[in-house]
Amino acid sequence: MSPVSPRRLKALCVKEARQILRDPSSGIIAFVLPLMLLVIFGYGINLDASRIRLGLSIEDGGQAAASFAAQLTGSTYFEVFPGSRPELDAMLEEGRIRGYAVLARDFSRLLEEGRDTAPIQIVTDGAEPNTASLIEAFMRNAWQDWRQARARDLGQDTAQGADIRVRYWFNPAAVSRHYLIPGSITIIMTVIGAMLTSLVVAREWERGTMEALLASPVTRTELLLSKLLPYYVLGMISMAVVALAAVHFMGVPFRGSVPALVVVTSVFLLSMLGVGLLISSVMRNQFDSAQTTLNAAFLPAVMLSGAFFVIASMPAPLRALTYLLPPRYLVTSLQTIFLAGDVWEVLVPDILFMTGTSVLFLTLAALKTARRLDE
Amino acid sequence: MSWATRILALIRKELQILLADPQSRKLVVIPVLLQVVLFPLAATLEVRNNTLAVLDEDGGQAAAELTQRFARARAFTSVIHLAGAGQIAAVIDSQKAIAVVRFGPDFSRKAAQGVAAPMQLILDGRRSNSSQIAAGYIQDITTTYFNERAGNQGRPPASELVVRHRYNPNLEYRWFILPSLVAIILTVSALILTALSMAREREHGTLEQLLVSPLTPEMIMLGKASAVLLVGIFQASVIITAAVLVYGVPLSGSLALIYASAVFYFAALAGVGFFISALCSTQQQAFLGSFAFIMPAILLSGYASPVENMPVWLQQATWINPIRHFMVITKSIFLKDVPVAFVLESAIPLAVIAAFTLSAAVLIFRRRFG
Amino acid sequence: MEAATLSGLTKTFKGLAAPALSDVSGTVRSGVVTGVAGPDGAGKTTLMRLMAGLLRPDGGSLSVLGRDPSTQAGNLRLRVGYMPQKFGLYEDLSVLENLTLHADLRNVTGDARRETFARLLSFTDLAPFTTRLAGKLSGGMKQKLGLACALLGTPELLLLDEPGVGVDPISRRELWRMVRELAGQGIAVVWSTSYLDEAEACDEVLLLNQGRLLFAGRPADLTGRMRGRCLHLGGVAGRRRRALSALLRRPEVTDGVIQGANLRIVLKENAARPDPAAAGIEGRPEWKEVAPRFEDAFIDLLGGGPGGESALANAANPRPDSRESLIVAEDLTKMFGDFAATDRVSFAVRQGEIFGLLGPNGAGKSTTFKMMCGLLTPTSGRAEVMGIDLRRSPSRARQRLGYMAQKFSLYGKLTVRRNLEFFSGVYGLSRSAARRAVESMIDSFHLQPFLDAVTEDLSLGYKQRIALACACMHEPDILFLDEPTSGVDPVTRREFWNHINGLVEKGVTIMVTTHFMDEAEYCDRIGLVHHGRLIALAPPDDLKAAAASTALPDPTMEDAFIELINRQEAS
Repeated sequence: MSPVSPRRLKALCVKEARQILRDPSSGIIAFVLPLMLLVIFGYGINLDASRIRLGLSIEDGGQAAASFAAQLTGSTYFEVFPGSRPELDAMLEEGRIRGYAVLARDFSRLLEEGRDTAPIQIVTDGAEPNTASLIEAFMRNAWQDWRQARARDLGQDTAQGADIRVRYWFNPAAVSRHYLIPGSITIIMTVIGAMLTSLVVAREWERGTMEALLASPVTRTELLLSKLLPYYVLGMISMAVVALAAVHFMGVPFRGSVPALVVVTSVFLLSMLGVGLLISSVMRNQFDSAQTTLNAAFLPAVMLSGAFFVIASMPAPLRALTYLLPPRYLVTSLQTIFLAGDVWEVLVPDILFMTGTSVLFLTLAALKTARRLDE
Repeated sequence: MSWATRILALIRKELQILLADPQSRKLVVIPVLLQVVLFPLAATLEVRNNTLAVLDEDGGQAAAELTQRFARARAFTSVIHLAGAGQIAAVIDSQKAIAVVRFGPDFSRKAAQGVAAPMQLILDGRRSNSSQIAAGYIQDITTTYFNERAGNQGRPPASELVVRHRYNPNLEYRWFILPSLVAIILTVSALILTALSMAREREHGTLEQLLVSPLTPEMIMLGKASAVLLVGIFQASVIITAAVLVYGVPLSGSLALIYASAVFYFAALAGVGFFISALCSTQQQAFLGSFAFIMPAILLSGYASPVENMPVWLQQATWINPIRHFMVITKSIFLKDVPVAFVLESAIPLAVIAAFTLSAAVLIFRRRFG
Repeated sequence: MEAATLSGLTKTFKGLAAPALSDVSGTVRSGVVTGVAGPDGAGKTTLMRLMAGLLRPDGGSLSVLGRDPSTQAGNLRLRVGYMPQKFGLYEDLSVLENLTLHADLRNVTGDARRETFARLLSFTDLAPFTTRLAGKLSGGMKQKLGLACALLGTPELLLLDEPGVGVDPISRRELWRMVRELAGQGIAVVWSTSYLDEAEACDEVLLLNQGRLLFAGRPADLTGRMRGRCLHLGGVAGRRRRALSALLRRPEVTDGVIQGANLRIVLKENAARPDPAAAGIEGRPEWKEVAPRFEDAFIDLLGGGPGGESALANAANPRPDSRESLIVAEDLTKMFGDFAATDRVSFAVRQGEIFGLLGPNGAGKSTTFKMMCGLLTPTSGRAEVMGIDLRRSPSRARQRLGYMAQKFSLYGKLTVRRNLEFFSGVYGLSRSAARRAVESMIDSFHLQPFLDAVTEDLSLGYKQRIALACACMHEPDILFLDEPTSGVDPVTRREFWNHINGLVEKGVTIMVTTHFMDEAEYCDRIGLVHHGRLIALAPPDDLKAAAASTALPDPTMEDAFIELINRQEAS
């Protein structure tokens, strides 16, 4: 018997398509959940603190202190809360401000003495480390800017340091959303790819329809392909929906090409569909499949793909583990296609690795696809 | 006293089921261990082990000395030297380097003259958070370098910005992750144990068996919630112990206060779990329902990024998210030793959420089952 | 011609101590219906799956249509039709879409497909429903559609796994008619069943119990061995249940049940008829020989019935005799959408009575039952127990009733002892009372060897015993038993009825549902439920008498049921 009969394959795919169209839950997983997540990720996860609540204690009555305080108050980075040190300490403890600056009593005098130094004390809330380091960086910039402006006003020759011009390529305003959204899309596609297939195959086992299929002349290849093809198409459609939403509603640029997006999405989806098929062939019930998918696909995609966290900073064994995870490659590919363009030095290795994971997981799934009940 | 007998029987039954079945026993223990090991190591926004590219058009002493200092920083394990401006695009595009430092032709000369020395920093905006942090390091190193030069030449240093990070002096990311993790891990298991176990009892028909007995729906929920509380206290203790003993996170506040507020938190979680299970009729739906709650709830809790960075409408919406409140409690007790009054400010919303979800669950439950 | 030959077939599943099939040999011949019969856990499904090539045997050999299904499955799949227990239908596809899928899979195309579809649709009477989703079909229609799908591509061997489950008696007769017709065309049909009356209707039978073959051959050959040993005792005055248990204590008697007004007794081989007067039976009892049934032979093969004692009932305290109506349903109706699961049902059950609701699966028995226990809210009408609506009942009222659900509904993951302890706690028994109750249940149901076994690993018979134990631990006055004996072997069924009979003798009121027609005869009164309606309510003998006609002077309960449905539909 030939491994694939076009008629049988078509019949199985048509059946699968009908089920997708009739089952509201596949629609929810494929379209509603992704859009909901995209909105959450897009708006909810934002590492750019645009208006950090900063306390300010001016203990010096001089003009210089007032001038620097005015600059801080006028800054778009900070929302300034004046107060005494004890007040600010209390606010910091309660998390109502994330840091405060103290302009000490001799601030103006030291500056007046022309020594160009004045003690500024910055206290941050280390319980929010990311915000704390942002405060430190913003304060350094603000202080340097103010000193240079002051020196210009006084006609002094000031700058002895470097004049650093910072430029963020692909993302000039360094908007974190622009790199978080490609990462989020990766997580969404992981859930769709693995969850959807693992649930549908498990459902066939639970409802006994798998037994009827196994008793028919269907071959292993047909069985596998009939699950891959429809959900591949579904995955591609939801990628299109999510990508369009990201570009049109979230304002993420799209500098690469559609064919590049199609290729990386394809190899990624094949890997994740393979993972889903593998899980459901082993588990054979929806409850266990869903839980395994959560632990084996979703959590690693969040933690280890580089979508949110920095792979380079992880310990070496974890870094090694990430090479096995298809989401890792999709994250860099999508970040590149959306923000930079078709940079083949990045995309080609990613595509090759994902082709490798596709082959790996699909082979495992094929080996585990039963042709009998006791296999 | 038959009331107490019944509740005790329910609690004992829940715990027996949880611990008798290897699969559910795994569910109680393995995710906790896995997450305690994996999350603190993986969840980091620190910048380390990156590659920095340097284009030195100057060739002078200051540029060379700075380059050496960059190479010594923990953020950069290797430094690539570029031959010309044409190579900048290639290293950034292909992500071979996270940043390119370009020293202008007269960098060292101007530095020696005390004039602003031109230096360009080009960063990969695809990873803008890491890039920003890397830029911060480079600016720091540069400023320190010039200050030291000025000091050596007998001139006063350029500025005196004294930064102290209170509660977490070295901005250890783990000190932030582990207290948050207490809240997150408990969420997952508490919801699974309430929503799913209720759905499972319904699917297996055991719920009917309980409902024809003298038990009321409230008793059944109380039994489950108490069992979940016991399991959760155990899991919380594991994480807290690991945080303090293995990861060295300081526990500044009172342990008793964490446990006391955990009771409120579990009441809120159990409420959400029962509410979900009241709306669902199968385990499948309960699972999807819990997933649909857990994922946004965790991501919008202040764990992935601070709540105050969200748009105002979303900040207000997160008030109904129990994880957000409990995470404030754990973080501030761990790192800040806050007073009871402050903890109460977050515990009250938890109590409100619990009261609302529990009574809604009981109402739906009573309507469906008479 | 032999379609399948089994010799010494053995199959063991990982993690299970006992083999699912052990040394089973037999043949399946073309042109006849072969029954694979036995209670739950007998190994029927394993045997069917082995023949379908879905499992590989661990020992012995199997040849299907001259080939080995474990190595040459590819060739066989076009020649063997298989209908799994859960039908294998896609519930979200329509009748025609299910048929089309299986036709494509089996290469039935073009004119042949048109012709086959037309033939199968008229054969199964599904033609008017081709666009209906399979999930929306009734149990009988699903079964027919499953059969139609299995028949595509004209198989030489047709394997039907429990096709009679969940089908009303009328559809079941139709199904039999269809299967007989197929056998007449030369197809080998295998029909697996746990109903022994179905097994009796097969041409040949493989009778299994706990993985072992008890009998292979024509059912009549087995039944024939019982000739002369099956008797009716009529004319019993006073309490029939007391009389039955007296007779079951006699050494000559191996098995006995109540059958309407008569006692049906099976004697040991070569035993003389016992003297009813000597057993203390009043009235003018009279013996009459009746035709043996397949079930008699099966019980005989298993070593006879369980006797007539019930330790459970012996330990129970007698309830005062009030004869008042404890359970009342009045115009009880439950709508699911526009479908009436229970339609204006009224009845009353007196104290100390066994009241049975009889009807096929899906007829609305369980819905009615759940409304009585307060588990479902009636759309309209009244459901009261002890004068109280249980939905609004205080715990005190529910303390007085016991409930055993249709599906096994104890905690499968817990051990037997823990389940017993849990339910004693749920009913608020004090520590010492709980200990006494648990000990008494262990004794009554012989649970000692299984106390530390995980409940879900036990056989269905033991699960049901434990479920009954948990329902009785707090000595309820009213017992609700929803299909307590479904799927269990006939010996365990007898044991259950011993308990039920004994408890009723102690004044406990019992409401029971069943789809076993013969079990209905053990009740004092039965209500026949069909499509949500109570179509008759009377003592079993009256129902049979009402259905009697010149053509069928002595109808069985099933005959009576079908006759009453037909009359109902005619009017």
